[in-house]
Amino acid sequence: MLNFIIRRLLLLIPILIGVSIVTFLMVHFIPGDPARILAGQNATPEDVLAIRERFGLDKPLTVQYFMFMKALISGEVKSLRTEKNVMEEIIPRFLNTLQLSILSIIISASMGIFFGIIAGVKRNTWIDNLVMGFSLFGVSMPVFWLGILLMLLFAVKLGWLPAGGKGTWKHMILPAITLGMATSAIIARMTRANILQVFHQDYIRTAYAFGISERKIIYKYVLKNALIPVVTIVGLQFGYLLGGAVLTESVFGWPGVGRLIAESIFTRDYTLIQVGVMFVALIFVLVNLIVDFTYAILDPRIRYGQG
Amino acid sequence: MKTASLEVTNVIWRRIKKNRMAQVGAYITVFFIIIAIFAPVIAPYDPTEQRFEDSLQGPSLKHFFGTDIYGRDVFSRVIYGARTSLKIASIAVSISLIIGSLLGSIAGFFGRVIDEIIMRFFDILLAFPSILLAIAIMTILGAGDTNLIIALAVYSIPQFARIARSSVLSVKQNEYVDAAKAIGESPWSILFRYVIPNSFAPILVQASMRMATAILGISGLGFLGLGVKPPTPEWGTDLSLALTYLYVAPHLGIFPGLAIFLVVMGFNYLGDGLNDALNPRLKDR
Repeated sequence: MLNFIIRRLLLLIPILIGVSIVTFLMVHFIPGDPARILAGQNATPEDVLAIRERFGLDKPLTVQYFMFMKALISGEVKSLRTEKNVMEEIIPRFLNTLQLSILSIIISASMGIFFGIIAGVKRNTWIDNLVMGFSLFGVSMPVFWLGILLMLLFAVKLGWLPAGGKGTWKHMILPAITLGMATSAIIARMTRANILQVFHQDYIRTAYAFGISERKIIYKYVLKNALIPVVTIVGLQFGYLLGGAVLTESVFGWPGVGRLIAESIFTRDYTLIQVGVMFVALIFVLVNLIVDFTYAILDPRIRYGQG
Repeated sequence: MKTASLEVTNVIWRRIKKNRMAQVGAYITVFFIIIAIFAPVIAPYDPTEQRFEDSLQGPSLKHFFGTDIYGRDVFSRVIYGARTSLKIASIAVSISLIIGSLLGSIAGFFGRVIDEIIMRFFDILLAFPSILLAIAIMTILGAGDTNLIIALAVYSIPQFARIARSSVLSVKQNEYVDAAKAIGESPWSILFRYVIPNSFAPILVQASMRMATAILGISGLGFLGLGVKPPTPEWGTDLSLALTYLYVAPHLGIFPGLAIFLVVMGFNYLGDGLNDALNPRLKDR
């Protein structure tokens, strides 16, 4: 187990370096002179020169990369718009995204696992078809459209819930459901697939042959074994929620990190976009790593030594 | 060899024809493809023509889906929107299919260092949540069709590479590959003549699923103001406009979203159905 953890942590290093290089290169792929673009439309030649010196844009690319990383680690990268340290802008927004994603994953995991189990146990019946049909609906629904529809119904027509913003717990309900819809559909499909896979195993056939009641087989053998991989799926989906909340946050005006990045696009705040995207990718990779560890703890049968 | 592969194709085709899910998906996607091709014939108005005197009208016989703030006919915009989305998505998916499956197949077939280099690079791209990677690319390149295609292709290439790689890894274990090696065929010839054609089924399934993801991506980026250049009719861009006028003109929030939902569902159904037809063993899973 320790070996596995060490190996995964070591594997993380090249990925993180790669992520930092890709995000760093982003600004360099901007067509034209990045210094001019960073300085803004009304900048004087002196401003452009100052930007070029400040970001070391006159130095070789490798030097620039190390300068960028050094600045990032020592917390010197500033937002072009607010001049504040980018992490000071990102962290509070990230906590809002985290709050929304946690509520969303609770809703979607409980719904997804519940319906997935029903579909799996009642496989190939009309209940199964109904659940699977709905899950494809859920996967196909664009989040921002679902958000608009929920807003139309619960805010515009019925007036039960606020249409957007952040304040009371009521503000979280619509965004959390919107964000979690596709996730719950995916979890339902995966839960069902795992249950069916376990039903095909020899030990289940043996259990039936021994005359053990179906109820006991389902609760004692099938669910226990089928739900372990579901933990992984829920974890991975949580990572996606954290990274993919940008659309939901934009619909509901939720002040999360996704919306911060979206806002920065319009203010052309390149450093904030750069660091924001990098930060979210880092969180995404870390969540995936934690999920892997959890899986290793839950299921010792997995031969990680050969992975 | 040829007759055998023809027979396999026939079996698969029969299975697809029997699979209700694949059929529904195919009908929906063909329906939208027809709409996209014949948009100028079907749409009653020019989708970009502004008539301010008709601004924000509800659905009526004159304007089936109503009009937007600029007085543009929403029905015509939804029809032309199919053209925008399907064109961009199919080009992006084709590009990523070719590049991704080629690189993935090479990685899987040759293994070792080549595999490590290619797949570790894709691991880095996969470390970014896809929508964020697309946002980052679009921010840098700016709005427009070509840039949108690039952004969507970049985040689909690793997915195709992974599928192709794992498919090639299993196909290359087959005896006919050993036989080809034994008669002295070159590795590249084996890869292109035997391995890639036989590992194509999962890639095809993935292509249908990726069409759905690409259309969601186009509309998602459009919704954020990073998609095609206005006033090009595009569903996501129109929905973001709808959000501003949700209280006064709720009809604007319905139809473009319904179109995205239906076409995405069509491709998902098709992909799911193809998967069942091509992997009958998985059907019960």
